[in-house]
Amino acid sequence: MDPVLERVIVEAAVKIALVFFVVLTTVAYMTWVERRVSAWIQDRRGPNRVGPFGLLQPLADGIKFLFKEEITPPHVYRPVYLLAPILILVPALLTISVVPFGPALRLFGRDVPLRVADVDNGVLIILAFASMGVYGIALAGWSSNNKYSLMGGLRSSAQLISYELAMGLAIVGILMSAGSLRLSDVVARQAEHGWNVLWQLPGFVVFLTAAFAETNRLPFDLPEAETELVAGYHTEYSGMRFSMFYMAEYANMVTASCLAATLYLGGYHVPGLQRLGLPQNAAAIVQLLAFGIKVAFFLFVYVWVRWTIPRFRYDQLMNLGWKVLLPVALVHIVWVAFIVLMGWA
Amino acid sequence: MVEYAPILIFLGVAALFPAATLVIAWAVRPSRYNKTKSEAYECGVPPSGDARARYPIRFYVIAVLFVVFDVETIFLFPWAVKYRALGLFGFAEMVVFLGILVIGFAYAWRKGALEWA
Repeated sequence: MDPVLERVIVEAAVKIALVFFVVLTTVAYMTWVERRVSAWIQDRRGPNRVGPFGLLQPLADGIKFLFKEEITPPHVYRPVYLLAPILILVPALLTISVVPFGPALRLFGRDVPLRVADVDNGVLIILAFASMGVYGIALAGWSSNNKYSLMGGLRSSAQLISYELAMGLAIVGILMSAGSLRLSDVVARQAEHGWNVLWQLPGFVVFLTAAFAETNRLPFDLPEAETELVAGYHTEYSGMRFSMFYMAEYANMVTASCLAATLYLGGYHVPGLQRLGLPQNAAAIVQLLAFGIKVAFFLFVYVWVRWTIPRFRYDQLMNLGWKVLLPVALVHIVWVAFIVLMGWA
Repeated sequence: MVEYAPILIFLGVAALFPAATLVIAWAVRPSRYNKTKSEAYECGVPPSGDARARYPIRFYVIAVLFVVFDVETIFLFPWAVKYRALGLFGFAEMVVFLGILVIGFAYAWRKGALEWA
């Protein structure tokens, strides 16, 4: 085999194994964090029996899911019904592959960049994979042959595509400032000229709102709406397949937080770190940790918002997406274009 | 193209993970058939009629509008990447392009395509 290709593949395999492990652990522990933080906000205790502080709760949940019976009702369309959970989970995990976690680490005499893939159109890849999730949801709702599931699936698809527009338009402002679709260029630009959130605040708000809607989280969790649609598109799922919908939701939250941190909060950039003159590896690890803290902040905001803002009604949701976020994003593009044209940023 | 190889490997691993989990679950989980258990769950009320019924036309309208505006977004991307090189010309071009789309958007709005009540 070609030695260059071989080196790329070995390096990629190690990184993928690490990233996969970290993402799945984060997803598992996010369920714990969510319940603990929810309990804290509501002045309860939350899960605290399994292990110290309930830290083994995700493990117990996983084992329980594994041993739960999976019911495949006879009225479903089997091929699509069985495929839908996988169709949701795979793109949710895949999006993380282009996120830059940190700068290069010096290992074995060469620079190893802390990201799985550094491609020249990372932003496009993210948008492409993010929109793949709609297929899983629409197909899960349709194939279940249940009225609630179908309604949940339809609503969810309409919601996802509506907010995808606002998200894509908000990102245009980032591209204008960075002049590149490569995520590491976006980070580099922010390291030089200040974080995007400082002068693209409307874009940031639109992006974050759209991210909440894209991940089906409160206040936009209408597809699930327990009270009216009994869990929507995954009503007919049970056991491990049901847990895949949950894993996908949390994986999407992690990815959305990574993106918000990368696009608006300077990614792994730490202001003033260069002046300390740390050795390359130490600086890289500090930046990696800084990225983790930024992502953790957004994950916390997800839970925080959940217990702060009540759920929207469906017409309110669509009005917000089409009549507020879309016009705001369009005006924001012209505004950013004007600022860049004048050379102010 | 070699920089895309890791994404391809990642895709393989990401597809293998749910497949492997489902196989393990299939091996260890119980499976006890029960007629009531396999009915459609519609809040305990016996299901009546097929679920693939008609649904509101609004979903189609939203889907059509989505296609229009999503293509617009994709057209904006290359422009945004090269924006600094295009200067004033690029700015004027895009204001005209966005202006035409805003007219279309206002038309859809006035026609009530965005109403859900």
